[in-house]
Amino acid sequence: MRVLPVGRDALLVEVSSGDEAQALHAELLRRRAEGSLRAGEIVPAARTVLLDGVSEPGRLAAELTALRLPPVPPRAAETVEIPVRYDGPDLADVAAHWGVPAGEVARVHAAAVFRVAFCGFAPGFGYLTGLPARYDVPRRPTPRTAVPAGAVALAGPYTGVYPRSSPGGWQLIGTTDLVLWDPARVPAAVLTPGTRVRFVPVTASEPAA
Amino acid sequence: MTDRALAVVRAGALTTVQDRGRPGHAHLGVPRSGALDGPAAALANRLAGNAPDAAVLETTLDGCSVRPRSTVTVAVTGAPCPVRVDGRPAAWGAPVRVRAGSVLDVGAVVRGVRSYVAVSGGIAVEPVLGSRSTDLLSGLGPAPLTDGAVLPLGPPREGHGGVDVAPQPAPPAVLVLRVTTGPRDDWFTPEAVRLLTSRTYHVSPASNRIALRTAGPALERARREELPSEGMMLGAVQVPPDGTPVVFLADHPTTGGYPVIAVVHRADLPAAAQAPPGTPLRFVAVRRR
Repeated sequence: MRVLPVGRDALLVEVSSGDEAQALHAELLRRRAEGSLRAGEIVPAARTVLLDGVSEPGRLAAELTALRLPPVPPRAAETVEIPVRYDGPDLADVAAHWGVPAGEVARVHAAAVFRVAFCGFAPGFGYLTGLPARYDVPRRPTPRTAVPAGAVALAGPYTGVYPRSSPGGWQLIGTTDLVLWDPARVPAAVLTPGTRVRFVPVTASEPAA
Repeated sequence: MTDRALAVVRAGALTTVQDRGRPGHAHLGVPRSGALDGPAAALANRLAGNAPDAAVLETTLDGCSVRPRSTVTVAVTGAPCPVRVDGRPAAWGAPVRVRAGSVLDVGAVVRGVRSYVAVSGGIAVEPVLGSRSTDLLSGLGPAPLTDGAVLPLGPPREGHGGVDVAPQPAPPAVLVLRVTTGPRDDWFTPEAVRLLTSRTYHVSPASNRIALRTAGPALERARREELPSEGMMLGAVQVPPDGTPVVFLADHPTTGGYPVIAVVHRADLPAAAQAPPGTPLRFVAVRRR
């Protein structure tokens, strides 16, 4: 674990894997909840957790460097289920990358258990991990100017669901009608870091929500 | 009059509603947002008798005009500009009474970029995640003002703070931003760090609420691989592939994949918000406390 100072009141804690970043994030949230850590923002990402708005960064850095990380605690049984129609325009390309028939993509994807590694890009957009590394795919060579809201997409090791229409270079494999982000709702985000997720296939005639 | 609202007569180039933003949601991908020149917005609220978290208008270069439907106290701060009520000159940086139906015109800036307009009672649009700020990156909060729009006002506070006039810093002729290096200075050549903190950059016209963009010497990377996405912070000096640094302001993305060579002291960011395109810009390295 490497602790990098950031400005005057923040720290970037770097670890060596996504799993460790998730374990570190869970541990930091636990400490903030019990009151032993004060931080304005705790922002997990691919290999890091950013602690922003800390009062004594030097002392905290020393404390974190000595931290022995417990494994990711098993979360309460709750798993978010996202109904999805596997009807994306990039199914054939993804199947080719994976070396499987096009019909297999849905089966493989829906069999995995995902976890929200971190959020970013847009409010409510979660970067989900859970597929074995052999299923990593590159981004599209040319990004689309408009990806529709609800598109279920792959890039690198991640699965994501576009919370609103936006440009994007991810490989589109399906569509959900579930609203993942609604600031008028409490909580606004369905996908928060650490949440477990499964994708449940539905057929074209069923509503995916 | 009980009709507490403000009609927009002239929206201006870009006028948004801003308060102190919505920090604390970065882990959900939600930018902090909020007034770019926080001290100017806070002063406008004090002058207008508002609580410090009341929402104000943030204009960009050419001001705006509004017509209150009830008699209000207003205050214009930030970038200096002519202020008029029904065409007659009124004070900048001081409380001004505007009668119901009169037109307050906030003119084009004389210096600086962003003027702040506080109205007694505050702009009372519906908050989103605890804030009324317009976030131009993710589209949260109210849309930027348009001609003819009507904004609700909150109830005025009884007995306001009694500030009549207060000194304000002049927008900078040269923008000096103190930085501490890191967290990713080791992704750059030693020469790049030296260039950043010794050469003069200029504020680019492509600057906005998301980032202050710059023109100047490109900074060369020592490590060419892709940086896995990591948390981004206010004031981050991020270096995209073209090598020219950008400074993240309130509407910045919460994660990013380009390395951050240094971080600007928060206290220097209000001045960055008031530096028009072309302003000479120097980054000065300061040791960590």
